[in-house]
Amino acid sequence: MNLPRILTKRNLTFSEFLYNFFATISGLTIFNLQFFKEVFLPPYEIPEIKKHMNELGVKTFPIVSVTGLIIGLVMAMQSLPVFMRFGATDYLPGTVALSVVRELGPVITALIFAGRVSSGIGAELGSMRVTEQIDAMEVSGINPFKYLVVTRIVATTFTLPLLTIYVIAIALFGSFFAITIEQGTNFEYYKNAVIDMLQFSDFIPGVAKTFVFGYIVGLVGAYKGYTAEGGTEGVGKASTTSVVLSSLLILLFDTILVKITLWLWPT
Amino acid sequence: MADVNIIRIENLTKRFDDFTVLDNVSINVKEGENLIVFGRSGTGKSVLLKCTIGLLKPDGGNIYIKDKNILELSTKELNKVRKHTSFLFQSAALYDSMTVRENLEFPLRKGGYNLSEEEIEERVHKNLELVSLSEAIDKMPSELSGGMRKRIGLARAIITEPEIMFYDEPTTGLDPITSKEISELIINLQKQLNMTSIVVTHDLICAKIIADRAIFLKDAKVAYEGTLDELVNSKDKFLQNFFSVDLINA
Ligand SMILES: Nc1ncnc2c1ncn2[C@@H]1O[C@H](COP(=O)(O)OP(=O)(O)O)[C@@H](O)[C@H]1O
Ligand SMILES: [Mg+2]
Repeated sequence: MNLPRILTKRNLTFSEFLYNFFATISGLTIFNLQFFKEVFLPPYEIPEIKKHMNELGVKTFPIVSVTGLIIGLVMAMQSLPVFMRFGATDYLPGTVALSVVRELGPVITALIFAGRVSSGIGAELGSMRVTEQIDAMEVSGINPFKYLVVTRIVATTFTLPLLTIYVIAIALFGSFFAITIEQGTNFEYYKNAVIDMLQFSDFIPGVAKTFVFGYIVGLVGAYKGYTAEGGTEGVGKASTTSVVLSSLLILLFDTILVKITLWLWPT
Repeated sequence: MADVNIIRIENLTKRFDDFTVLDNVSINVKEGENLIVFGRSGTGKSVLLKCTIGLLKPDGGNIYIKDKNILELSTKELNKVRKHTSFLFQSAALYDSMTVRENLEFPLRKGGYNLSEEEIEERVHKNLELVSLSEAIDKMPSELSGGMRKRIGLARAIITEPEIMFYDEPTTGLDPITSKEISELIINLQKQLNMTSIVVTHDLICAKIIADRAIFLKDAKVAYEGTLDELVNSKDKFLQNFFSVDLINA
């Protein structure tokens, strides 16, 4: 795998910046191809993948729980006056649920995941790179790409959808709570109002795209870490640039995927 | 010591951008020989070792290990050659996320050696004893001192019983007694297992114990070559200066 070198000096000129931009894009593409070349070949390192999934879950569980609850509460509280003005409060539960399931749940969970996990993978692999641990694996005849990179990308790809489903559930509970308190209604009312508007098929594109987001988080973090250079400073850089790049890519791919979804399943 | 060149480095050239670190360097190492590589900091000693084992790609030249040109091998074939070699990194390069035991087990489990659990267990204990660190078995690398890390790194390198060892400053940063013990360990490995080694070091005590032959890297070239005595007692101003400073430091 021959990756283009990224210029690491400070104060890049505009042309050097452009060079780095395209070098990063092509580096990520090569990394991506290498992943698909290796992921289906044994050894599969299942225990390693399980370990990473477990760590990712534990690491992000508290923050996504709080965020999910607040998305639900705030969306309901913010929308209530508007719906009241139009006398359409019966549509409130369903509308909030729809935006949580199709867009807010997946994207906000993915962005939090990027902030917490992409930086973590960038720092972890970055420090393994600059302290020669990756070289040590290589000279022992072990494939570090397989053992370190592939396992992490697989883990992020499958952990994020699970987290997203959980966040959606918590957010729906949050909106139920806010609406019930404010409106003096009950669970039966909330349930019927949501079911009227939300179909099971609304879940599919929302959750499906989080596989892509999870993949992006793993890929970018691993790429930045694996290619880190220049000691501790390089590790820090790998960690922060992972967050920026994976967040941008998540938003970019969200736009593309929303467009594709609406084109395939017009509502 | 058989008269076979188990490592042949031919006209090795390595550049970083426009900076030439190694310029047409040729070195042969005989089977069972301990070759010392001297040189001031930043002269490319680590780069030389890393090129030899295929971690860095040279810009020119050929490298043969056991008559295989490692620059022409596929990853799979290269890994077959690497099964017979080990590398002690200057920084020890212990895996931070694993205990000492897991660090030692890792190359045995993942390197394709097909050992039973008992054999793995036995080798871990034996090699920790060799570096006198049996009590550290369940520690994390972050709990070890620099010298202890170096010794664990050494135990991890020799646990696969390689034929060829690359040592990058094995005794730097160790106290003189440990340093002497490590040097004696290296010479015993050579004698018992007929191991071939390239040892990068600044440490004259270490070199005195283990050197069969020594080379001196300077200005990207092999500037001097000979037995250790020839180099230390050389009339050359540069060498005299290097070794006198080194003795004061040692
Ligand atoms: N990956 C790298 N990229 C750029 N320059 C490097 C790299 N590795 C080593 N160098 C440079 O090569 C020279 C030799 O380094 P090295 O072999 O580590 O020296 P030493 O003889 O002290 O082991 C140094 O000037 C170092 O800056
Ligand atoms: Mg060095």
